[in-house]
Amino acid sequence: MQSQPPIKPSLFDSPAGPNPLDQEHLLGRGLARVDGPLKVSGRAPYAYEVSDPAGAALVGVLVLSTVAQGSITRLDTQAAEQAPGVRLVMTHRNAPRQGGPASQYCRPQMADAVIRQNGQAVALVLGDSFEQARAAAALVVVDYDTRPGQFDLAAGLPQATVPPPRSPSQPVDTHVGDFAQAFASAPVQVDATYSTPHQAHAMMEPHASHASWEGDRLTLHTSNQMLSSCAQTLCETLMLRPEQVRVLSRYIGGGFGSKLVTYADAILAGVAARQLGRPVKIALSRPQVFRQTTHRTATIQRVRLGADADGTLHAIGHESWSGNQQGQAFYETAANQTRLLYAAHDRMTTHRQVRLDLPIASSMRAPGEAVGLLALECAMDELADRLQMDPVALRVKNDIQYDPEHGPSRPFSTRRLADCLHEGADRFGWERRLPRPGARREGQWLVGMGVASAIRSVALRPSSAEVHLDGRGILTVGTAMTDIGTGTYTILTQIAGEMLGLPPDRVVMQLGDTDLPEASGSGGSFGAASSGSAVYYACAQLRIAVARRAGFDPEKVQFADGQIIQEGRAVSLAALAGAQGIEATGGIKPGSLLKRYAQASFGAHFAEVGVDADTGEVRVRRMLGVFGIGRVLNARTARSQAIGGMVFGIGAALMEEAVPDQRHGDFINHDLAEYHVPVHADVPAVEAYFLEELDPVANPLKAKGVGELGICGAGAAVANAIHNACGVRLRDYPMTLDKVLAGLPVQA
Amino acid sequence: MRAFSYERPSQVAHATHAGSRPDAAFIGGGTNLLDLMKLDVEQPGHLVDVNRLPLETIEVLPRGDLRIGALVRNATLAADPHVRRHYAVLSRALLSGATGQLRNKATTAGNLLQRTRCYYFTDVSKACNKRVPGSGCEAIGGYNRIHAILGASASCIATHPSDMAVAMLLLDAVVETDRRRIPVAELHRLPGQTPEIETTLQPGELIVAIRLPPPLAGRHLYRKVRDRASYAFAAVSVAAVVEMRHGRIGQARLAFGGLAHKPWRDHEAERLLVDEAPSRALFERAADQVLTGAVGQGGNDYKIPLLRRTLMATLRQATEA
Repeated sequence: MQSQPPIKPSLFDSPAGPNPLDQEHLLGRGLARVDGPLKVSGRAPYAYEVSDPAGAALVGVLVLSTVAQGSITRLDTQAAEQAPGVRLVMTHRNAPRQGGPASQYCRPQMADAVIRQNGQAVALVLGDSFEQARAAAALVVVDYDTRPGQFDLAAGLPQATVPPPRSPSQPVDTHVGDFAQAFASAPVQVDATYSTPHQAHAMMEPHASHASWEGDRLTLHTSNQMLSSCAQTLCETLMLRPEQVRVLSRYIGGGFGSKLVTYADAILAGVAARQLGRPVKIALSRPQVFRQTTHRTATIQRVRLGADADGTLHAIGHESWSGNQQGQAFYETAANQTRLLYAAHDRMTTHRQVRLDLPIASSMRAPGEAVGLLALECAMDELADRLQMDPVALRVKNDIQYDPEHGPSRPFSTRRLADCLHEGADRFGWERRLPRPGARREGQWLVGMGVASAIRSVALRPSSAEVHLDGRGILTVGTAMTDIGTGTYTILTQIAGEMLGLPPDRVVMQLGDTDLPEASGSGGSFGAASSGSAVYYACAQLRIAVARRAGFDPEKVQFADGQIIQEGRAVSLAALAGAQGIEATGGIKPGSLLKRYAQASFGAHFAEVGVDADTGEVRVRRMLGVFGIGRVLNARTARSQAIGGMVFGIGAALMEEAVPDQRHGDFINHDLAEYHVPVHADVPAVEAYFLEELDPVANPLKAKGVGELGICGAGAAVANAIHNACGVRLRDYPMTLDKVLAGLPVQA
Repeated sequence: MRAFSYERPSQVAHATHAGSRPDAAFIGGGTNLLDLMKLDVEQPGHLVDVNRLPLETIEVLPRGDLRIGALVRNATLAADPHVRRHYAVLSRALLSGATGQLRNKATTAGNLLQRTRCYYFTDVSKACNKRVPGSGCEAIGGYNRIHAILGASASCIATHPSDMAVAMLLLDAVVETDRRRIPVAELHRLPGQTPEIETTLQPGELIVAIRLPPPLAGRHLYRKVRDRASYAFAAVSVAAVVEMRHGRIGQARLAFGGLAHKPWRDHEAERLLVDEAPSRALFERAADQVLTGAVGQGGNDYKIPLLRRTLMATLRQATEA
């Protein structure tokens, strides 16, 4: 990061009033991705493709450990070193010293002979070409002294421990009232245990990095969602000062949380490039991605619901167990949403951690809710079943407008869950659902419908931006934000264009570079809200600067058609900017609103599935999600986010499972042929509909967040539809045909 | 780089000569071989590209046989009007396999010769007798959801992944090589103690065509059961051609995928159906016969009831009015 004058952020501590974004001339429209033409014509360089004018980059290929626990006993690199085109074989024996010990950010590679997971980097082969480096990598011989590891979550339950809290606002456990007593005395009870498997992010672009040094300054092109934390990892691991590191991720082919962490490709590219005095680039192969990078951990979740015969919930209990390596703080916060979703006086949630010697578990799209709702929303369906109550009505009955753990003093900023459920039921034709499972048959298909609620917490992170208006009337916006395929380039263009009255083609967006003002990065559905607010504040400052230069009153001006207008007098922005231009900066600093208000996006999923009565195959026939996400910033990219999340839900319900080999501690189905995600044929009519909503408490954009909401609950709606279709109640995801088959009656 | 030489002959004789080198491999569509080379599973020293050989025609022979050139692409074969009309089971099997892109590339002969998708075969860090003879089989005792329930051995429990080959087996297809004819039923081997030897082809022997006998009357079905709607290998598959005569089964042919190291056929099960009136009990007997000796490995136990149900359903569909 280069030293820049600090940007003074605006504290966002009271709900937003009217602002120019409310005009929605440009904001909200389904503007096509501004980076789309570059991408479809191959002109958007991804990290591995950055231009290397001198053709100077050496290519690194990693050798990963093939055992999970133990130590290296023999390392024979001679054949590799002598292979054609090889410049260096780096191992723990000759790797330059890095920072340590390992921590959340500091991630030294090949520091010693200890093996901590299958897929750990044990050698890096650097060659003149990819082919040479790859062939030589296959010649590296590594022998191990192997210790047994723990790879099975269920087997590790007796040794589960209490993890440290994720943050002060996210305690590990919560207890309100007397859950045990309320549950025991509830006339209608559900007590069910669900399991979800390990999952892989399976983004399109594998992790890749390109490192070069100028003097003592590292420039790293990589594929990372959050550049500030990537830069911090590089600083701590390579022992650099912040100004010595520049990280760029201008285009990213999907992340889903996998690229919140900085891996061996980035660190060792930096290390090797420094040692060899040449640029170095390293990409992970797809099987390496499955072993070297993070995954979503498996969970086991027990949900207990106690209700009156009329469906009023009195007791809600949700206990979750998930796995991670020893010393890793991340645990799956699968019970967190249960603290907010439904009313009940007596409630409890707990999280426990099981040591697993698999690759590191971390965030994947909607960590917590994505798997938590697979359990909770199935349990709600089971309760509706037991009550003989409509599942939509049961959810509406237990809706609540304030944080049920804290009481009415902490209301939701906006919560239209009931509206989502009603609107969805209408649009989906829910009234045609037959309550009795197995009652609807079309040929070989047993057809059923399911519903589930969606909730995803809202977050806001500090973020900043700079804007520059030039003499051509072009507005250039700079922020170290990333676009991981979500549409960030486009929505920030719309926000800036709306603020300054400019069409999209007069706005130039510069992202993905730590030389630009620090930004939130992409994650946790906070990216649009945080970086968009920064752009909003920077543009608000620019409006003032422009008005002053025009001699206008900033309070009385309008911006439209490339002009600033006051009481009928219009001056072109280009003319005002002139040769020297006009600049401004801005940023957002979250205040206490997240404490004072419960904040979340809500939705309702509806799914119709067919279950083959002979084979147990499940095929989704149609799906609808209705969502309340505050302001929709771009109708097209928001829809794309929502239905993309719903497709993740189909995958979670029906097929996604990274299977650990219980002897080797790696995921054995480590490619996209065998790790199944939904293909087009699995995704028929999937639609998303957004309720009209503005949330002034969330941020100045009045938008909540949509990147992860689509997955939340989607899989549960599919699971509940399976039960409605054929009467088979599964609690073990994914619901593959063998599990369905085991519950089907004898064929007619 | 891992060096290999490459040539692209235009005559069969040249190709077979080049292919007789011990380290040679023929490459057609490359949809399987190239993947395996990238994974280091296959390490040919010499690639003989057969794509310039004149083996791309489909012709109806005077006696009614259909001769399919070895290089006819899967997409072309599936869409061929004669195949669609007279060998529907083959067209359906082809269209259930892989993806449109892969079918555009994959050849008829290459499809027959594709290798197993066993996870342990494609991961060189794992023991696999098929890849490294004598190293062991880690699918046994490992994750074996996609593995064989019939004809497996203590050395190998892999399955043959092809859909097309199942239909070819049902149709009594005959492989025509540069030197002889081999019924498809005799092309693929069971693993036994030598799972690395997958076919009865000799070194350098090149498939030049597949011959199908004259068409079979009756209803042609191919039922593939899989974990997602497309781009997934069969958990099990059932190919059936059944001709009804006066309410009884006149002729029945059955073949199966996903069960064994080779496409599976059970003539006894076919015989017990013939001249019988369709009934649930009859279908059960056929399923019992096919599953004689079936053994699960844990992860694939489900294939036993699944095959039974899929066969019953297919026979029901094949025989209903």
